[in-house]
Amino acid sequence: MASVTLKKINKHFGSAHILRNIDLDIEDGEFVVFVGPSGCGKSTLLRVIAGLEEVNNGDLLIGGQDVIDLAPKERGIGMVFQSYALYPHMTVRDNIAFGLQLSRESSQTIEERVASTARILQLEPLLERKPRELSGGQRQRVAMGRAIAREPRVMLFDEPLSNLDASLRVQMRMEIAKLHRRLKSTIIYVTHDQVEAMTLASKIVVLNAGRIEQVGTPYELYEHPATTFVAGFIGSPNMNLLSSSVDAVNGDLLSLALQSGTSIDISPVPVQGVIKGDSVTLGIRPEHMQLTTPAAGQIDGEIVNVEYLGNERFVYLMYHADAEPLVIRHSGQQLPMVGERAGVLFEADACHLFNQQGISYPRVLHDHPESALAESI
Amino acid sequence: MNRNIMRILARSGFSLLVVLILVFCLFPFYYAIITSFKSSSELFQASYWVNQLHFDNYQHILGQETFIHSLFNSVLVSTLVVGLSLLLGLTASYALGRFEFRGRSTVLMVILAVSMFPQVAVLSGLFEVIRMLGLYNNPFGLVISYMLFTLPFTVWILTTFMQQLPKELEEAAIVDGATPWMTLVRVMMPLLWPALVTTGMLAFIAAWNEFLFALTFTLTDDQRTVPVAIALISGASQYELPWGIIMAASVLVTLPLVIMVLFFQRRIVSGLTAGAVKG
Repeated sequence: MASVTLKKINKHFGSAHILRNIDLDIEDGEFVVFVGPSGCGKSTLLRVIAGLEEVNNGDLLIGGQDVIDLAPKERGIGMVFQSYALYPHMTVRDNIAFGLQLSRESSQTIEERVASTARILQLEPLLERKPRELSGGQRQRVAMGRAIAREPRVMLFDEPLSNLDASLRVQMRMEIAKLHRRLKSTIIYVTHDQVEAMTLASKIVVLNAGRIEQVGTPYELYEHPATTFVAGFIGSPNMNLLSSSVDAVNGDLLSLALQSGTSIDISPVPVQGVIKGDSVTLGIRPEHMQLTTPAAGQIDGEIVNVEYLGNERFVYLMYHADAEPLVIRHSGQQLPMVGERAGVLFEADACHLFNQQGISYPRVLHDHPESALAESI
Repeated sequence: MNRNIMRILARSGFSLLVVLILVFCLFPFYYAIITSFKSSSELFQASYWVNQLHFDNYQHILGQETFIHSLFNSVLVSTLVVGLSLLLGLTASYALGRFEFRGRSTVLMVILAVSMFPQVAVLSGLFEVIRMLGLYNNPFGLVISYMLFTLPFTVWILTTFMQQLPKELEEAAIVDGATPWMTLVRVMMPLLWPALVTTGMLAFIAAWNEFLFALTFTLTDDQRTVPVAIALISGASQYELPWGIIMAASVLVTLPLVIMVLFFQRRIVSGLTAGAVKG
């Protein structure tokens, strides 16, 4: 159990700059998830913390101790690999005990640790089996057992669930959450699956092209994405991003002109610092838009596709020929049909505004019942 | 109807081909075996069948102390060659298969190039080296010279297998705190058993049957290995070659190989297909 601090971590592979000036503080006992698209450097960053990858410069502290020059085993970490990487020729018991044997623990300690690990992960009936005789979920549990048996200060998970089928993934996700509550250890978890990130993390780190885009709780990332990248990455389906320019600003009143020429009114304005004439990106989540008649909508267009998911529908609305269609999450009674015209309504408060560099304007602080709720949890 | 006839013809043609290939491959061995059971007078009648089993040839060859001695030398040399080749091959392939370093592919090419020279080309040079080391007329000189051709393929085959082992397995061992030696011995080696058995057997057979080096680097009867000893078996006069005895000796010498291959057969098969299934 320990905190982890990264200071100005840089890594190059040849000419490719994989990690750029990564600064990050991870508190003791936190469940931190690194999330981002493939190739964003999240796995490399995890391997840097594990000591499997060297950095070009920067500092790494675990529990206040500088570990950048230490071997993986001296850092007090346990790691769960994507492909499990169980030793195929050893039984489950030996897989879990291997690290303990190498650090020359007494056989009594080894036995106790293996027994308690097996109890925590419900591996007792499987101890004498070989990995090939186990199912995917069981192998995953053995891999976790191997990581926790040495009682590491920090546990590292590298996309641990990506080899499992969907239902097993949900189940293992809950087991990992349970494990964290039970062990209260610091966990760093890499995934490209935003659902895993949102459900497991106490803190999410969004990475893009070797840079940290935003660090925050799942609530902060969803409600206040700092950049268009985070806005597009968190939430499913993705946030609608509409390019527009500022028509008029006057106190609380804001009016935007879309590409189509439509002028829309966003009042009271939820952000500060918008100036008339600015090019801005308007972001609205699909769940914050409502279908209505073309005349009543702030934006209107033609429905080009409807995806039926049972409890809801995703409606794709083309409002301008050169723009991506809007996605609206619709669960109302009326049935939107492809080819019909429709309008959409949304609250000003649900709008996100980003400047030309894709960075969010600072929000005006309104009273937010949900944020107060989130903080009290 | 016509199609049926065609099919029967094709099938019998194929069977005939198989039989021909089998005869072509096996006849020399068959002839060696039946010759070894013939008496010296029978030898000169060209028959492809043994009418009466004679064990005289076997009795004769097993009664010769020098032959027994050569057999012992062969076992010693071949075993040492296998042991050393596997040890060096395993450690070399760990470096060549798992680490990226400058000159890695050059080293691999040089190793391969060494095995391309015909034995005669290196004979005189090797002779000098062995004399300098004081290993002339000594089985250990043979061990060193045999590794000249067993090491290249051992290293190459093991490197290929080593590269197929998942990288995460090694990293898991590193995270578990294993030193490189521990990783090699306790994680890699058990997974490479099939490859080790396969290459070990190939090395054993190569060392067991080697003739030229063995003839050149040994002088006296008590230091010779079996292939040379067999070649130097002579009859009562210089005009007589005792074929029966030579064949009996050859059969005796081949038996250990056959037994070994049968014993390790399952391992070899799984060795040749290892890596096909994800570890």
